[in-house]
Amino acid sequence: MAADASGGRRRFLAALLVLGLGVLIAAPPLLPKYFLDVLISVLFTAYLGASWNILGGYAGQFSFGHAAFFGIGAYTSTLLLLQLGLTPWLGMLAGGGLAAVFGLLAGYLSFRYGLKGPYFSLVTLAFAEMLRVVAVNTKAVGSSLGLVVPSAQSAPGMFIFAGKLPYYYVILAMALAAMALTLAIQRARLGYALAAVRENEDAAEAAGVDALGTKLRAMAISSFLTALGGTFYAQYFAYIDPAITFGPGVSIQGLLPAIVGGAGTVLGPFLGAFVLTPVSELTRAALRGRAGADVMLYGLVLMLVISFLPNGLMGLIGAKRAGRGRASS
Amino acid sequence: MTSGLLLQAAVSGILLGGVYGLVASGLTLIFGVLRIINFAHGAVMMLEMYASYWLFVLYGVDPYASVLITAPLFFAIGAGIEKALIEPNRAAAEHNQLLLTLGLALFIENLALVLWQGDFRTLRVPYANASFVIGEALVELPRLIAAAGAVLMAVALFAFLRLTDLGKAIRALAEEPEGAMLVGIDVARIRATAFGIGAACAAVAGALITPFFYVAPDVGESFNIMAFVVVVLGGMGNFVGALLGGLIVGLAESLGAALLPGSLKQLVVFVIFVLVLLFRPQGLFGGSRGR
Repeated sequence: MAADASGGRRRFLAALLVLGLGVLIAAPPLLPKYFLDVLISVLFTAYLGASWNILGGYAGQFSFGHAAFFGIGAYTSTLLLLQLGLTPWLGMLAGGGLAAVFGLLAGYLSFRYGLKGPYFSLVTLAFAEMLRVVAVNTKAVGSSLGLVVPSAQSAPGMFIFAGKLPYYYVILAMALAAMALTLAIQRARLGYALAAVRENEDAAEAAGVDALGTKLRAMAISSFLTALGGTFYAQYFAYIDPAITFGPGVSIQGLLPAIVGGAGTVLGPFLGAFVLTPVSELTRAALRGRAGADVMLYGLVLMLVISFLPNGLMGLIGAKRAGRGRASS
Repeated sequence: MTSGLLLQAAVSGILLGGVYGLVASGLTLIFGVLRIINFAHGAVMMLEMYASYWLFVLYGVDPYASVLITAPLFFAIGAGIEKALIEPNRAAAEHNQLLLTLGLALFIENLALVLWQGDFRTLRVPYANASFVIGEALVELPRLIAAAGAVLMAVALFAFLRLTDLGKAIRALAEEPEGAMLVGIDVARIRATAFGIGAACAAVAGALITPFFYVAPDVGESFNIMAFVVVVLGGMGNFVGALLGGLIVGLAESLGAALLPGSLKQLVVFVIFVLVLLFRPQGLFGGSRGR
């Protein structure tokens, strides 16, 4: 953790963060509905980015299949609600637990057999696609038609609200909690172990770091958090289907803000989401009726960022990624 | 399940498998030389399919004839992409290069969506329904031509790599990058050439299937994933492996479709993929060139 920012600059940054937080808490009741929509979308993207970041950014394992965990979360809490009447507030924990178990299993298999780099990306992509195919072909989970989440009657105890504002505060709390958790991990022993494994796994092992255990811990935390995002999605949009929840789009929505903002940094996913989402909203508005324009822009931004800002936007403002110089290939 | 249906499934599987083999040959060439898994490979194929489509609709050019235009065009596009996008980032971390091609895939695919919307388009070529019967199996002519063309192209590529100086230089770079540089091979030019040839393979495959396949912005996605499976199955960078892997995946897919309900056939392919990745990442056909 490079403490290269001077004390004054740190205080300035801290003040800026507190101010931003104040605005995020106080302003939304005054905002028009459209802006509230966009802000929810920003925070949701930031949350997914922060969840992905723990595995992708801190452990350096580039998952292309976080949709697997997202879908498990969305489907678990929704099915528990529809079949057993269990509140999604508890269902989301069940979904998170199930996703963590799946993540540990997938992670154990992948890491145990030494899959690294692109091979790990491919195997995670395959796991997510397998779940998508299974969901499409399972009548009990609504096959490709998906599931409708009851939303007509406001019932806060059941994670159903009238109006968008309560959802906004839920996703704000989730995003802030993910940020706080990331900071705690970065400062804990686990954070140093993660940085060591990411930079040089053999050297980390030689220094007594349990590489497999470290990566699995990151996997479990990352998949648990991503699954909670799935439940939020299900409750907020009141509809899920296999293509949305298990499709590659969600996986990209997780890795993109983290990469663009700065992988392996606490604030990176938030910075990325606050830049990407409004830009994509503007594009969508400017090219009305042209499906795909926003994702096309994502692709362009991704190429530009990798080419010119390999450490993301955080690299631009001089914050070094925890414990890292520039990666040598 | 009668044996006739299974035979039919095996025939269509082998025919489509030939096309998978060609798409995968391009991907495996790019991987062998550049050590990059090109996520945009399917997107390039999709672009060619639109090119064939428009050449037919606007100018009446037969899709098979359009290869003569699109193969060189996509070779140039591929080489250009390598020079402009990949080459400047060669020093970047491995995962960043992966993300670069992912960004490119998102860009191309959604550009197609913006330009031509998401509707499925099909070419109405006069020979679309031509077919003949061998034993109990019906063989559709366009599918047979696609498979034959794909194998022919792959064999030509193989001969090119074995017999020409340029081909030998490409192989040298794949085997031993530093050695290739030391003997005076212009490695940057070879990398661009290899990427161009890979893109041309995807383009030829695209042209060969347009007479019987739909054209849509996401049509390349499934071929891309199939090509990943095939390349891993055959061993990264292994050409013969790519062709054999294509046949295996094509067979597994169509037999899965015949035997399993719904779209569970895709599950068969993914299960094979994960098993090979986990237990034989160097591919099924020997060699230790995997990683």
